[in-house]
Amino acid sequence: MKPYISALRVRFLNGLQYRAAALGGLTTQFFWGAMAIFLYQAFYQSGSQPQAFKYSELVTYIWLQQAFLALIMLYDWDYELFDMITSGNISYELCRPCHIYGLWYTKLLSKRLASATLRFSPIVIIALLLPTPYRLSLPHSIMSFLLFIITMILGLLLLVAISMLIYISVFKTMSPVGSMAFIGITGEFFSGMTIPIPLMPQWLQRVCYIMPFRWTADLPLRIYSGNIRVEQGLVSIGVQLLWILILVSVGSIMMKRITKRVVVQGG
Amino acid sequence: MIRVEGLCKTFKVPKRPAGIKAAAKALFKREYIEIEALREVSFNITAGEVVGYIGPNGAGKSTTIKVMSGILVPDKGKCEILGRTPWDDRIAHVKDIGVVFGQRSQLMWDIPVIDSFELLRDIYRVPDNQYRVNLSKLRDILDLGDILENPVRQLSLGQRMRCEIAASLLHNPKILFLDEPTIGLDAVSKIAVRRFIKDINRENGVTVILTTHDMGDVEALTDRILLIGKGEILFDGSFNKLKSSYNSYSILTVDHSGCDNAPTIANTSMLSNINGRMVLQVDTKHRSISSVINQLSDILEIRDISVETRPIEEIIAALYKEYHI
Repeated sequence: MKPYISALRVRFLNGLQYRAAALGGLTTQFFWGAMAIFLYQAFYQSGSQPQAFKYSELVTYIWLQQAFLALIMLYDWDYELFDMITSGNISYELCRPCHIYGLWYTKLLSKRLASATLRFSPIVIIALLLPTPYRLSLPHSIMSFLLFIITMILGLLLLVAISMLIYISVFKTMSPVGSMAFIGITGEFFSGMTIPIPLMPQWLQRVCYIMPFRWTADLPLRIYSGNIRVEQGLVSIGVQLLWILILVSVGSIMMKRITKRVVVQGG
Repeated sequence: MIRVEGLCKTFKVPKRPAGIKAAAKALFKREYIEIEALREVSFNITAGEVVGYIGPNGAGKSTTIKVMSGILVPDKGKCEILGRTPWDDRIAHVKDIGVVFGQRSQLMWDIPVIDSFELLRDIYRVPDNQYRVNLSKLRDILDLGDILENPVRQLSLGQRMRCEIAASLLHNPKILFLDEPTIGLDAVSKIAVRRFIKDINRENGVTVILTTHDMGDVEALTDRILLIGKGEILFDGSFNKLKSSYNSYSILTVDHSGCDNAPTIANTSMLSNINGRMVLQVDTKHRSISSVINQLSDILEIRDISVETRPIEEIIAALYKEYHI
């Protein structure tokens, strides 16, 4: 385990030094969150039926989404890994006494952790201080807060397992653009990052529930606000674990196969 | 220690003619050409050797190195290094080898070199005390004193290459593969790198296999040369053997006190003879230099004499030409 933990640590420290990127991200996420909240306010006020997803729950959902974006957003690519594959620098990775899957998994994990560490607290603090309709509420209960943390961590592990599949696909396609757009946009939509899942029509919600994506973002955010009850939340931990198991196994088998056929040209 | 037998590797490279029509066609059906990078490559290397692996661009040098370091899987053939097959037993195998790819970097760009070193220490599970000993030794001989705390992006190429070499030796590998370790380096760094390679070979008994286009590297370092061209091993032997078998002539320059009619000397050709300086090309395969000098001293009063052998670069170029590679 030591090599992987060390890789995690070094990458994490490396990620912490990009202050300007963090500041830029912070501003974007804050304004994006505010914009979404005003937009939904207009919808909620003009709608005739009461929504299953309360406005206060939605506001909390959006602030958490923006604060922890790096942990729940599929769209957070590590171009260094893409470059490594297309430029051939992967040669060095293959000379290490480590499993590439594990090594890259930790790299992606640490990048997300570093970027979330720099960004989440200012957004959370500001959102907690805003006036009432726009404020980030406190967690529904202590139990749901604990469950929020657990499902968030598992969701992150699942998210990284999903994104690993994109990196593996680049071995075949040599350009990340296609897989990034395809899996990125699909994943974003079905994880409720575009429109919160409770606001989708019933049939679409059902589609979301059979895919892996919503267990990464939608689940922890709704547990926090109490929209998903604790008993339901406990069951979903099992589903998350199952998805992690499936996707990590699929990913590492694919990685093992594809690195046997890797072609590093030149130099 | 290293046994390579009948290694073959073919790459499939997509090709298409120029133009829009061909590009549209390639969307549906790709055409490939097959390139044979290695054809039945075989050799043995024993522990403690320093082997220069030379050949023109695209000859298959890097491909062989990549097969031996477990990165590429060959189509056919056997390779046994320290009793293991690199691609079957990759993780166990790479613990015993160090690799430097001169054209790539293994150090992380934005963080100090020492952080990359510590990561490698953990990746290779090098015990702490051994790491400290290795690091201080490498720091001394590669003169890394002040640069270890600098981010890699701030280093010059020579400094970076010295760090790259140090990075690949932190785990005491038994075999070191160097793929163009002196590419782009200035004279001072080159000499430092060469001296270092010699040292670790002599003191730690590390087996070194290096590919290079710099014949100076080969001359300074290697006891043995493997010449590869178009995927085949063309020559395997000592540097001196290569020199003597392909060094077919020497140039003899003689300053003399004057001689009007040019003498005819067997197995030589006169390149020039003006103002008391005669330049002769001697066919050393058929006649020794000393017998030519003897004959000259009988007919001329020699003031000064100098002999130049054919430059090594030229020998290699002639070799490539001879083998049509």
